[in-house]
Amino acid sequence: MQVASMHFRERAHDKLHDAQLQANLRMFKDKFVPLRRDSLAELDDFEATREAARAIRQRALDDLDVWLEIFDENARARGATVLYAQTPAEVNALVLEIARRHDVRKIIKSKSMVSEESGLDHAIEAAGLTVVETDLGEYILQINDYEPPSHIVGPALHKSRDEVAEIFHVRHGTAKKTGIDELVGEGREVLRDHYLRADMGISGGNFLVAETGSVVLVTNEGNATLATTLPQVHVAISGIEKIVPTLEDVATLMRLLPRSATGQSISNYVDILTGIKGPGEFHGAEHMYFIVVDSGRSAVLGSEVSAALRCIRCGACMNHCPVYQNIGGHAYGWVYPGPIGSILTPMYVGLENALDLPQASTMCNQCGVVCPVKIPLPDLQRKLREQEFERHLRPWYERMALKGWGWLARHPALYAFASGVGVRMLRALSGRNGMIRRLPFAGGWTDERDMPAPAGRTFRELYKARAAR
Amino acid sequence: MRVGLFVTCLVDLMRPSIGFAALRLLEAGGAEVCVPASQTCCGQPAYNSGDRADTIALARKVVEEFEGCDYLVAPSGSCSGMIRTHYAELFADDPAWSARVAALAAKTHELTDFLVNVLKLDRVPGRYQGTVTYHDACAGLREMGVKAQPRALLAKVAGLQLTEMADAEVCCGFGGTFAVKFGEISSRIADNKCQHIVTSGAGAVVLGDLGCMLNIEGRLRRRGDATRVLHVAEVLAGELP
Repeated sequence: MQVASMHFRERAHDKLHDAQLQANLRMFKDKFVPLRRDSLAELDDFEATREAARAIRQRALDDLDVWLEIFDENARARGATVLYAQTPAEVNALVLEIARRHDVRKIIKSKSMVSEESGLDHAIEAAGLTVVETDLGEYILQINDYEPPSHIVGPALHKSRDEVAEIFHVRHGTAKKTGIDELVGEGREVLRDHYLRADMGISGGNFLVAETGSVVLVTNEGNATLATTLPQVHVAISGIEKIVPTLEDVATLMRLLPRSATGQSISNYVDILTGIKGPGEFHGAEHMYFIVVDSGRSAVLGSEVSAALRCIRCGACMNHCPVYQNIGGHAYGWVYPGPIGSILTPMYVGLENALDLPQASTMCNQCGVVCPVKIPLPDLQRKLREQEFERHLRPWYERMALKGWGWLARHPALYAFASGVGVRMLRALSGRNGMIRRLPFAGGWTDERDMPAPAGRTFRELYKARAAR
Repeated sequence: MRVGLFVTCLVDLMRPSIGFAALRLLEAGGAEVCVPASQTCCGQPAYNSGDRADTIALARKVVEEFEGCDYLVAPSGSCSGMIRTHYAELFADDPAWSARVAALAAKTHELTDFLVNVLKLDRVPGRYQGTVTYHDACAGLREMGVKAQPRALLAKVAGLQLTEMADAEVCCGFGGTFAVKFGEISSRIADNKCQHIVTSGAGAVVLGDLGCMLNIEGRLRRRGDATRVLHVAEVLAGELP
């Protein structure tokens, strides 16, 4: 996917003034925040479960090479082929190679964010093959000229029902529907035919289970089940970090994943796919491939933001982020939006290509407290801010202001003098109501806000005067 | 009991009355308050902007200024949170300083938490006629566990009625330099907060962090709204501006 993260500010501006999007975002927030809260209240001890989930994910990352080897061995033992991709381009090349080997013309896909990283659909179409997204949200976006996803769980949640009805009406050439059930029915009917004619199914992977060589898929529409079992060939694409040691571990993580994501105690479907169809078995693909993707992940593993790899892609951080809630996912300019995206995007596409993302956070830590695997997201954002500062990637005036402030704050006598002058100057800028309408050098504050003026004398001046009396 | 009052740079510069209100409350609780004259800033602006060297220098300065006190108390969840939850990480590779920082962190409190849990204040000097709503500032809430303490104290203010607004725990959009760097997004988040405050019907919003106060008051006034914005210390001490 093309990176547009360097245009964060402009894109956020547009989104803030998109009335339809704003209404959709409000509805989304008002629905999913309470749903998550209520479903997690079903657990006896959320914090203890969360700590267990953190430990499971961290254990996998601590010895990732070992778990990958075990996974590889067990997946092969069950007849699957395990391939590795270092780069997004290699992901696409491997998929096309598999397609050629099996004479594939038509491909169906269930949701895979990793494949968004490499723009897989475009690569498939460029090779002259057909690809159809079967996750309803992804399908809506695909037929709308490949609009990018705006959320990792609900890729089309920025769209209202009416907008979807219009897209279906125009693209399917059918009468315009109004009810959600009718729209879902139309989607199902159109997709059903694709399932039956596809030669290959591509899925993502919520978890790769080392002890069994399985891939776990968590969905609500049943599309992943069909996409991975009807065609002869199944290709599961997943990042190296998605490994978990055991099925028991999956059970623990599954107590948190659907609840954190959509507020469901359990998703409608959980597929655990292990190996190829055996003799006498009815279900399963005849050929099963894993494409295990690095694409920058091993570099994250060795970095000071490695905790980000614990992510299980529930989306709770973005659902609860005051910034995401107001601008949506597209402003972030790449595959992963919101707090986790502000770490992963700079790490995967280069910090210099996403300078605003680690900065675009109030550090309120609402993301950190809802994260089911305890990723300290604001701390990681700060680590990237440190890198930007150290690598001189921030504007010179910001650096000067910080250094100037830091120096002054270490020299109390000068600080007292300068702050005394400063508060008087600011006081002089204020109107009769004690508000400053326009701050020089900080227009960002005063464009849509006043700045309450300082009292005019500092605490230290007043305190000293009081002590002298 | 010697309590070091960490005034915070924003209170020092913008609204000294909060510092005096804090002083009065601590003394009302029987504490002997000292106010180190050389104090300036906890280093949080540098910390959150990625300037680690300046942060470390300022953190050392705070430790030197306050380690002689029995407690460090700040009328801010954000600055006390910086000292209590973030300083340690800065000195992870420095055992001597680590120990000093840990000792200070252990005795660092946000003002209302200190009044309730250490001084066990049972009466407050303040009186207030009217209804207020309380905004839970992020660092106080999520770093310092400040939620029940200010409400317990406000309940002791004669004449004061507390009404809860929707999304009281949601960020106001301040975020330090974020408010200037991303002014448009910050103002929108602040506007949502203002809407909830107005909808609550309260005549004043009370909170414990000056950064959020400046942000919320600035946005309220630009909306043409006169709802008062008060620091919890001002209300409790009865020193309204």
